[in-house]
Amino acid sequence: MSEATTDAKIRLDRLNVHFGANHAVKEVTMAMASNSVTAIIGPSGCGKSTVLRSINRMHDLTPGARVNGSVLLDGEDIYRKECDPVTMRRRVGMVFQKPNPFPAMSIYDNVIAGYRLNGRGRRSEMDALVEQCLQRVSLWDEVKERLHVNAMQLSGGQQQRLCIARTIAVMPEVILMDEPCSALDPISTLKVEELIDELKEKYTIVIVTHNMQQAARVSDTTAFFYLGELIEMGDTKKIFTNPEKRQTEDYITGRFG
Amino acid sequence: MISYRLRRKLLNLLMTLGMLTATLLVLTPLGLIFFHILKMGFSSINLDFFTQIPKPPGEAGGGMANGIVGSGLLIATASLIGLPLGIFGAVYLSEYGSSRFSSLIRFSADVLSGIPSIITGMVVYGLLVVPMKGFSALAGALALALIMLPIVLRTTEEQLKMVPMTLREASLALGVPLWRTTLKVTLKSALKGIITGVLLAVARVAGETAPLLFTALGNMFWSHKLNEPIAALPLQIFNFAISPYDDWHRLAWGGALVLVTLMFTLSLLARWFGRTR
Ligand SMILES: Nc1ncnc2c1ncn2[C@@H]1O[C@H](COP(=O)(O)OP(=O)(O)OP(=O)(O)O)[C@@H](O)[C@H]1O
Ligand SMILES: [Mg+2]
Repeated sequence: MSEATTDAKIRLDRLNVHFGANHAVKEVTMAMASNSVTAIIGPSGCGKSTVLRSINRMHDLTPGARVNGSVLLDGEDIYRKECDPVTMRRRVGMVFQKPNPFPAMSIYDNVIAGYRLNGRGRRSEMDALVEQCLQRVSLWDEVKERLHVNAMQLSGGQQQRLCIARTIAVMPEVILMDEPCSALDPISTLKVEELIDELKEKYTIVIVTHNMQQAARVSDTTAFFYLGELIEMGDTKKIFTNPEKRQTEDYITGRFG
Repeated sequence: MISYRLRRKLLNLLMTLGMLTATLLVLTPLGLIFFHILKMGFSSINLDFFTQIPKPPGEAGGGMANGIVGSGLLIATASLIGLPLGIFGAVYLSEYGSSRFSSLIRFSADVLSGIPSIITGMVVYGLLVVPMKGFSALAGALALALIMLPIVLRTTEEQLKMVPMTLREASLALGVPLWRTTLKVTLKSALKGIITGVLLAVARVAGETAPLLFTALGNMFWSHKLNEPIAALPLQIFNFAISPYDDWHRLAWGGALVLVTLMFTLSLLARWFGRTR
């Protein structure tokens, strides 16, 4: 298991998450380096989303959810009392499994939703930001003629790229992605993967995926979870060619049961 | 084979006819009420009806302007009390509340909505009319607000519950505080449904008579003061309908027509808001 290095952007230390009596995440300790892509893989229900969502305190809203242990962002525990989850979430953005643009907003307003909803941002600066963010997710050419139509008119793949644009528009430091491509066709998936590769220069990315090829293609480090526990974590190439644990090997070769 | 097909077709025809009859039977009372009120009330509707106050018994003419304005004032004041309470209460229940306390509030709201409206009127009589030493528009409005409250609370909560969790999460994940998320994402997404609920609540209290009997009391003259008895359309209809004077009966029919038209419009509006979501 890779040791937490000093340049770790995120470090989970003995993280435990309970939903009522269900112990969903058990004693997870792991670190994600700055400007790297970490993939979280594992069978359904093993706690991947739960781990990911504890990195920006998304469980705060879930009744009955309890988080123990610590999540350090640049060395500071986001679960400590003085930490303001709102400010923290501006640094840790999230892209969800199902594209979820704001249905009452135009494409344009969706990109700058982080500013709009907070009542910030000057119109003159927004135009440039919208173009820049849509360019980054290579959606600009597809939508530049209709920036002010409702965002729900976009295809699923376009909506997901819009959601990524919305996330990078608030300039976070970390982007959490929970199966961002599971609702997308292969071409949109490829575009998102290319985007992840580019984004890594500026952001630290953690991605949950069910797609082994995707994990192998986009990530630097891979973490394998099983039944709420971190089984193995390491260099992606190594995990996929020469894993240390038997369970990992069984899972990535599809011999799981 | 043929006889089977024939039987099937015959049965189909019979069932269709049966259902058509049932539908017509359901619509008949509504049609009868509306047609009758239209027939009886139409001749009383003129400019005077909307601009004059009732004439003393025996004098022809006059109108129900004070009742219409009074009802408007009562409903507006009741909304001012009931809507914020109902909507904020629903936001609390659906967005912030702990589950045990929430279910207590929900249960109370359900009980409250089951209480006969005349009892609501009696309670307000004890709570407000007696201490204030007089009937008042405010007491009437409070009684109506108590009837609106559970309706608004429950429909708003249902609408808020229908807003997908992922939308709130999308907003929170952008670093938007919960209260802003509630205001600008959750409430906004549910707005049409909430308006529908509000319109239905207004339609419900617009025709309420019983809770006004011991609270707003009614008034033959103009009154705009909240601490004085005030006229209301349903009260005027009630009082005039049981009076022995033909002129007042005519006014009562006119009032009924105006009231039914108002309800009809509110229901249509509510449907329209409810549909285009
Ligand atoms: N909001 C919740 N309330 C109660 N239990 C939950 C909640 N979210 C997750 N769980 C439980 O936590 C465990 C882990 O769920 P999680 O969603 O993290 O799995 P996952 O690895 O992301 O699965 P999948 O690949 O299917 O998305 C499961 O047993 C699940 O039932
Ligand atoms: Mg998941």
